[in-house]
Amino acid sequence: MVLVYSDDEKNMLELIAKAKDVSKELDEKATAVVFDTDDESLAKKYIMHGADRVFMVKTGLNTFKGEEYTDAMEKILEETNEEVVIVGSTKNGKELASRLAAKLDTGCVIDCINLYVKDGKLTTERVVYSGNAIAVERFNSKPAVVTIPPKVFDPLPEDESRAGEVIKKEVKVDRYPSRIVDVKEMKTGEVNVEDAEIIVSCGRGFKKKEDIQLVEELAKVLRGTTGCSRPIAADLKWLSEDHWIGLSGHKVKPKLYIAVGISGQIQHIAGMRDSDVVVAINKDPEALIFKSADYGIVGDLYEVLPKLTNAVKEKMS
Amino acid sequence: MNIVVCAKQVIDVSEIKVDPSTKKPVLQGVPLKISDIDKNAVEEAIRIKEKHGGKVTVLTVSSSDAKERVKELLAMGADEAVIVSAPENADYDVVSKLLAAAIKKIGDYDIVLGGEASIDLFSGQMGPRLAGLLGIPQITYARKVDAEKDKVVAERDVGDVVVTMESPYPVLITVTKEINEPRLPSLMQILASANKPINEWSMESLGVKELTPKMETVEVKGVSMERKNIVYQDDVDEAVEKLVDSLAKEGVLR
Ligand SMILES: Cc1cc2nc3c(=O)[nH]c(=O)nc-3n(C[C@H](O)[C@H](O)[C@H](O)COP(=O)(O)OP(=O)(O)OC[C@H]3O[C@@H](n4cnc5c(N)ncnc54)[C@H](O)[C@@H]3O)c2cc1C
Ligand SMILES: Nc1ncnc2c1ncn2[C@@H]1O[C@H](COP(=O)(O)O)[C@@H](O)[C@H]1O
Repeated sequence: MVLVYSDDEKNMLELIAKAKDVSKELDEKATAVVFDTDDESLAKKYIMHGADRVFMVKTGLNTFKGEEYTDAMEKILEETNEEVVIVGSTKNGKELASRLAAKLDTGCVIDCINLYVKDGKLTTERVVYSGNAIAVERFNSKPAVVTIPPKVFDPLPEDESRAGEVIKKEVKVDRYPSRIVDVKEMKTGEVNVEDAEIIVSCGRGFKKKEDIQLVEELAKVLRGTTGCSRPIAADLKWLSEDHWIGLSGHKVKPKLYIAVGISGQIQHIAGMRDSDVVVAINKDPEALIFKSADYGIVGDLYEVLPKLTNAVKEKMS
Repeated sequence: MNIVVCAKQVIDVSEIKVDPSTKKPVLQGVPLKISDIDKNAVEEAIRIKEKHGGKVTVLTVSSSDAKERVKELLAMGADEAVIVSAPENADYDVVSKLLAAAIKKIGDYDIVLGGEASIDLFSGQMGPRLAGLLGIPQITYARKVDAEKDKVVAERDVGDVVVTMESPYPVLITVTKEINEPRLPSLMQILASANKPINEWSMESLGVKELTPKMETVEVKGVSMERKNIVYQDDVDEAVEKLVDSLAKEGVLR
């Protein structure tokens, strides 16, 4: 049996598909967990996408909290004895999976990009050394706990004829003395860099927030999306975090990736190395980004960008 | 306020070369350093100590000699270091148990600090694992920490939401890279730190019996990235023209 949980609904559908795939090899079934909601349509949705069972679990909390949700998962596992636990690699999911693995005295692999059974053992692949390598590891303990990021696997198509069980459960969790004081929604631009075919990204080479407009103009002409390096989103907060590309941000694989005023540190490359064509614009001829680029222009972005935007506009008309 | 900072010695990932024939990363001879974000954790610990007094102990589990690197953290302002020698194939389970055993031996602690993720493996697994073993609350991805007398208030950066958490002590907190700017020790501080204690503890001295890793590494595969590396350095107008022509040929301008 494979147990699946993510606090991200879309991610959940992808994980259920993978759970079905893995459980086929183990000749077992996929159980989805949802926490603290009365919304049965959600459970139905998961069933239509492949879940054999959905546990609707009430913990008495109204939002995710790592310690308590770990406890709840542990209690569910005591009862169901699943061999594999798949958790969505959101920040919440990662802290849940890790703590859970400690409690269950078992192995855990974060951010798997592949998961399969080989020689009777659950085997995982994950990116290590900032994108320089892929580690293939296997579990010698049970249950195997893994996390899988969004968009690694495709969900199964919705099938209304699929049947599954919905089981409601109250779980008494141990309460920890920490508490959530406030939850602030961050403004997001509803940008989806992961699906973008063309991305124009900006880095610290830009002197002020207003100048980002130069990137947005080029992106618009290319019918693409704006992206950025970590400092632009995390330190300077000039763009929301959904633009952030790299090891700790979004992983993208567009047809065309244009990096402007980005030095090309390995943690940035880790997020865009699967792009088809990479272009770099940087005033420093020694910038690392040129090593990871197909085409580069050495020059001041303030001069290059307006000219490039114009030239592209002409070419495309 | 007594603080234990978990800091990991890692290979400098930006110095990894790829063997052109096997396409595998060459890990031998790559320089070692303290994982970047762990320095943010040390910095945060020192700031809390400056406010409340107490002691900052840096703790590392390492299978290679970590003394030189740990000295940098003492120079920054940590008071004492503990190095636990780990077996060669230590996985997260093994290392977390050694960290937990060492923290219990250190004893009196209010905060355990670590990085949101290590620069080589980038899991964000160790912090919550350790909190689970110690049975204490955890606050991960903290981008702001306010340590008060009997509780800590921290902002967790969860992407599209920021969650403010509050916890009494003891608590484990992992910090993001943006939380602060780690200080660079002066020559004076480097010299003055020479006498600070570095304790080297073995597994046996921690009373930890043999630990069997839960994970087994089957293989470390290379990932190659082939790029054309065509760079236009000449006149900007000409460069732009050539670039647009190339992009049109690549079929990406549509
Ligand atoms: C654990 C960890 C995780 C990380 N995760 C990520 C991540 O997910 N994504 C990420 O991006 N980074 C990440 N980083 C940070 C990364 O190491 C770099 O610090 C970051 O990518 C640098 O951003 P940058 O290229 O925008 O800025 P800089 O490195 O400051 O580069 C700015 C570039 O702009 C150029 N420039 C300046 N002025 C001009 C001009 N007028 N015209 C043209 N060029 C100009 C400069 O030559 C320079 O190359 C991470 C770091 C760590 C330690
Ligand atoms: N061997 C180690 N010794 C001390 N601390 C560690 C070790 N490994 C990981 N950590 C801590 O755990 C954090 C997260 O690491 P990781 O789970 O590998 O991403 C690091 O930033 C360190 O604070």
